[in-house]
Amino acid sequence: MSRVLKIEGLHVSVEGKPILRGVDLTLRQGEVHALMGPNGSGKSTLSYALMGHPRYEITAGTVTLDSQDLTELEPEERAKAGLFLAFQYPTVIPGVSLGNFLRHAVSNVRRPDRKEGEDLLPMRDFRKELRAQMDELGVDQEFARRYLNDGFSGGEKKRAEILQLAMLRPAFAILDETDSGLDIDAVRIVSEGVNRVAARHQTGVLVITHYERILTYIKPEFVHVLFGGRIVEHGGPELVKLLESQGYDWVREKHPEAAQDEDEMEAAVRPPQVAGKAS
Amino acid sequence: MATDLNLQVAGIKDDYKYGFHDSEEHYAFKSGRGLSRDVVCQISEMKSEPDWMRSFRLKALEVFRQKPTPTWGGDLSPLNFDDIHYYMKATDRQGKSWDDVPAEIKNTFDKLGIPEAERKFLAGVGAQYESEVVYHSLREDLQKKGVIFVDTDTAVREYPDLVRQYLGSIIPIQDNKFAALNSAVWSGGSFVYIPAGVKVDVPLQAYFRINAESMGQFERTLIIVEEGASVHYVEGCTAPIYTSESLHSAVVEIVVKKHGRCRYTTIQNWANNIYNLVTKRAVAHEDALMEWVDGNLGSRLTMKYPAVYMVGKGARGEILSIAFAGKGQHQDAGGKVVHGAPYTSSRIISKSISKNGGRASYRGLLKVAAGAKGSKSNVVCDALILDEFSRSDTYPSIEIDEDDVKIGHEASVSKIGEEQLFYLRSRGLSEAEASTLIVSGFIEPLVKELPMEYAVEMNKLIQLQMEGSVG
Repeated sequence: MSRVLKIEGLHVSVEGKPILRGVDLTLRQGEVHALMGPNGSGKSTLSYALMGHPRYEITAGTVTLDSQDLTELEPEERAKAGLFLAFQYPTVIPGVSLGNFLRHAVSNVRRPDRKEGEDLLPMRDFRKELRAQMDELGVDQEFARRYLNDGFSGGEKKRAEILQLAMLRPAFAILDETDSGLDIDAVRIVSEGVNRVAARHQTGVLVITHYERILTYIKPEFVHVLFGGRIVEHGGPELVKLLESQGYDWVREKHPEAAQDEDEMEAAVRPPQVAGKAS
Repeated sequence: MATDLNLQVAGIKDDYKYGFHDSEEHYAFKSGRGLSRDVVCQISEMKSEPDWMRSFRLKALEVFRQKPTPTWGGDLSPLNFDDIHYYMKATDRQGKSWDDVPAEIKNTFDKLGIPEAERKFLAGVGAQYESEVVYHSLREDLQKKGVIFVDTDTAVREYPDLVRQYLGSIIPIQDNKFAALNSAVWSGGSFVYIPAGVKVDVPLQAYFRINAESMGQFERTLIIVEEGASVHYVEGCTAPIYTSESLHSAVVEIVVKKHGRCRYTTIQNWANNIYNLVTKRAVAHEDALMEWVDGNLGSRLTMKYPAVYMVGKGARGEILSIAFAGKGQHQDAGGKVVHGAPYTSSRIISKSISKNGGRASYRGLLKVAAGAKGSKSNVVCDALILDEFSRSDTYPSIEIDEDDVKIGHEASVSKIGEEQLFYLRSRGLSEAEASTLIVSGFIEPLVKELPMEYAVEMNKLIQLQMEGSVG
């Protein structure tokens, strides 16, 4: 059964300011999509809105996963429905070990109907699976005992996101600028991790980025350009090449109305940057 | 795990489960309300005390009367000293085995899980009910090694020289109003003596239970750790809920001699009508280590600042303080470290959490005397505020009279962040589960210092305290 994530006419405001102005996008399980766009075009807003961040208000449009309307669901219910967001800036949670946190998360997502906090995945099974995933990602076993994102390097943070992705096995994964701040080796390792998970679980992947680099490892079949809060171009891998060689000027010229909105958004709300800096 | 702590834990939910109480009909003795010279003499007489003890009490009574009630810290105005029963004795007997304890009282401690905890992981247990210790035991091998673990009244009779030598030597009568009050009307508490070189490998535990309304409990504890010896002493406390206030005002004095080690762990879970005004102080001699682990979860108002006076070269002091202030609670907690000798080192870590209008304050003193060269101290106090109705304050006091020292002081106040919650929720955790995880992560650096049994229970306790706090 192939599941479908469908975004239709999505408008999103942050603190009353419109950021997304009608986004349409359909992902099927097993597909890889790339969403590109200049800084401030609304890429991160889309990822937060899809995951249900309380400050991102959906003012119009729908998001459905199969027949289920996601827009009315809490973030945790969206996760249980099969959605995953790899954060651009993963949050630091001091004192909470990655392993302990992940055991709660995996138990909740895989068995959404059990009473929360009770009846966690058996420790042995969980550990075994976690170890195998850590081996695949090439991270030290010690990683699971470290406090979540606390003192992690940029590369470690992103690997921790992919480790969570691998353990949670969502139907759809949104990768928000997963490549930012990573050196070329780290981009490769993280990308290979994503590809493995996607192949194994038929994950539908939406890669959000403004660089071509990560897309040489995670190869999209569908490429979309977000500009001025809407998707202005749809295409295939050739679109990536075009943007890489020519930038966004041609997009601007071709879509003057979107360009105007894009300029207005320049001063608008930025995505939340928490727990220190991007690295 | 059905340890005593497990049950204490259940007690700190908003509906405090250990609020049950026993009938007072069969009490052997109950003093009238209020404090007078007669009451003090009566207590001393009932205990058949020697004259020196009686004079100590009477002198303390005078000091108590002269000292004004403190106006700093918490609001003590609802506390009416004339309305309190200063001495209550539920039974004439003290049990050496649980079977000796009168059924009604034993029942209470059964409900609190004490006998079971004793079997499982303790070297000795003392159980105090109202003013008197009703049960005491110590593992036989430790008795043979000369370890003493009795109630302090018994110690006055059986080890008068040791008691006379140390009682009031660490916390003099004049120290503060409540130390004076305790000195005047004290009853019960533990007397612990660890002979040189003896290491007690598992904890000794004392359990304090107030049963009656408007009761004052004034236990007096004295711990002496001889050279190269070590001990871990744990105390737990609960009481029923009444509409009128009860008072718990203990004094704990500890001496740790050269190369000795002492850890004193408190998990205080009083009902929220209890005023918990306690003076705790230890003296650490050369290369000795004194550690206070102080968990304050219950009571209406707690004012307690465990202290370590480092008087010998190379002595170390550590204070780990966890305070959780819920609805109607004020936890005024912290610690004091006094460096009185060279190359001494200390660490204070305080973590406080406030929710549902609770108030948590950190109050600390760091003092380095002239001549205590090469001393080091690090103080870290972090506060976590769970909602906009709750409050946190920090009152650090630092007095340094020596140049050759290394001092660190950090304080932070944080609120549970929207971004932290969203991150965890996006992984399938509910808001309540995410908050609980963030709070347990916040106190993790302290909890991991606790022995396993207590760490597990502390986490459970926080979880229960968190329930119903969200949404």
